[in-house]
Amino acid sequence: MAIQYALLLLTALVFVVPLFWMATASLKGLQEIYTFPPVWIPTQPKWENYPNAWNAAPFARFYVNTLITTFFGVGLEIVNAALTAYALVFLRFPGKNLIFIVLLTALMIPVQVTILPNYLTIAALGWLNTYQGIILPGASVAFTAFLLRQHFLTLPTEILEAARLEGAGHLQLLWRIVLPLSRPVLVTGILISVVAKWNDFLWPLIVTNRLNMRVLPIGLSYLFDREGNNQWGIIMAATIFVVMPIVILFVWAQRHIISGLIAGATKG
Amino acid sequence: MNRSGAHAGRVQRPELIRFRPSQGSDLNLTAKRTARNGNAGIGGKGRVHRDHLIFLAFIAPNFLLLGLFTYWPMVYQSYLSLTRWDLISPTKQFVGLENYAVLFGGRDFQRVLFNTFYFTGTVLLGSIVLGLGLAVLLNQRLHGRNIVRSVVFAPVILSGAAIGLVWAYIFDPTYGLMRVVLGSVGLPSPSWLTDTKWAMPAIIIVYLWKNLGYSAIVYLAGLQNIPQDLYEAARVDGATPWQSFRNVTLPQLSPVTFFIVVTTILGSFQAFDIIAVMTKGGPVNATTTMVWYLYEEGFVAFRAGRAAAAAMILFVLMLAVTLVQMRYLQRRVHYS
Repeated sequence: MAIQYALLLLTALVFVVPLFWMATASLKGLQEIYTFPPVWIPTQPKWENYPNAWNAAPFARFYVNTLITTFFGVGLEIVNAALTAYALVFLRFPGKNLIFIVLLTALMIPVQVTILPNYLTIAALGWLNTYQGIILPGASVAFTAFLLRQHFLTLPTEILEAARLEGAGHLQLLWRIVLPLSRPVLVTGILISVVAKWNDFLWPLIVTNRLNMRVLPIGLSYLFDREGNNQWGIIMAATIFVVMPIVILFVWAQRHIISGLIAGATKG
Repeated sequence: MNRSGAHAGRVQRPELIRFRPSQGSDLNLTAKRTARNGNAGIGGKGRVHRDHLIFLAFIAPNFLLLGLFTYWPMVYQSYLSLTRWDLISPTKQFVGLENYAVLFGGRDFQRVLFNTFYFTGTVLLGSIVLGLGLAVLLNQRLHGRNIVRSVVFAPVILSGAAIGLVWAYIFDPTYGLMRVVLGSVGLPSPSWLTDTKWAMPAIIIVYLWKNLGYSAIVYLAGLQNIPQDLYEAARVDGATPWQSFRNVTLPQLSPVTFFIVVTTILGSFQAFDIIAVMTKGGPVNATTTMVWYLYEEGFVAFRAGRAAAAAMILFVLMLAVTLVQMRYLQRRVHYS
């Protein structure tokens, strides 16, 4: 038992200490940053680091950009996924299975592989440095459609049949019956999508080059000088306000996020 | 995530696990579900034609976007990989397989392949050994294990750019936390990010730290799915804890291990944000992996053909991993 607790403590330290280091450094002045052995807890917390970080680059603008691309990116992705999953499960169409297989192949093409041609497409459309340029290529993610399709297959058809006989249209069925019955899966899908879009780095980096169209993760990288002389207090403060929304989300909905991320690992 | 690797990384790495769920369902379909999955639908026969139109309307937005940003790019990129082009001039020069020949024949790309496999191999080993070890530990009835689980998992969903910066500070050779840790066992601190020997290990440590929680939690779920009576039986037969771990736990976990192998390989092939923030592929090209290379060729050096060829090679590598996975899944269906 003692060994097990020692290992548990060691694990906790390995994962907590870097986060603790980040949090305390965000309140250190240069004097306490540039000293060895390091100061663990700042003697005089420098709260100015936060406003200073906020103004070191146009972070207000980056925040707005990230909120917009995350909100609309997630919204479009979920709408697309719900419509596709509904059609695949509840509507008839000749060769529907073939369409499903085509969708399956999309899973084998990761975004990293298509950045060059997609950049050219976005440039040809005149969408460089625009929100639609950042959002649209990621608005059709096959994974979310699969997640929802999975769940739709388990719903009882009888309720849908009954509503159908009363004259409800398919959009009504989807909105009033299917989605409410799928709430946990829907929440999981939304959370995973929010995390992915909030943290997205590569695509926004490629499709924007104006400072006022950059998103938070890229804004962060502006603060770091590889040559040295870094204002670590300010950088760590910026790091904290970039990750904070996701940390809050995680604390609030941890179970949903984890269950969604490991879906597929244990089933089947 | 990635998605970056969001997923997933996506999150990082959410996108890494795309393949399994749908497959799982297909394998488990009951007769009734198969019927629905086939050509059946809701409503009477008179609605058939309207239903077809509605079906098309429902899938149209998704497939339009997939066509434009997923399928078409692969076609166009296959062509680009056969040309020489600087992304600006109006004409592309057709050069056949020259880009591929230059890539495979040149030192630079061989180094990139080496780096990619070095990175992926080490991360894979770490994810399996440490992931399983952590899962076994977190599966014991210990006080505080739930908090530790959460803390271990949290970095998985945090921004790679942010994590990269925190660790850049930790790796600071003069004022960083790592110097304290190494100093406590009497070792000097290397200049991690500026030393060609140490930059890659540093990137690997950060990547593992960020993503270890994923394999640990997946293994944990796998451990909890092992029927307890197998352990009972082993104990009745007089097995030691180590024997029951080797003969019950490990074989029972083999599907989970396989899943982790596939997702870890795919995820680490796509690693980008940590490298972009911490080393930009350097020093020299010590941390240039596939995605960083294709980014630099395409968007820094403006060699579109070379970048396209590198992307196609990356795609084929990842496709191979995916196909192996599918073969394995099919075999499992037949024999289990």
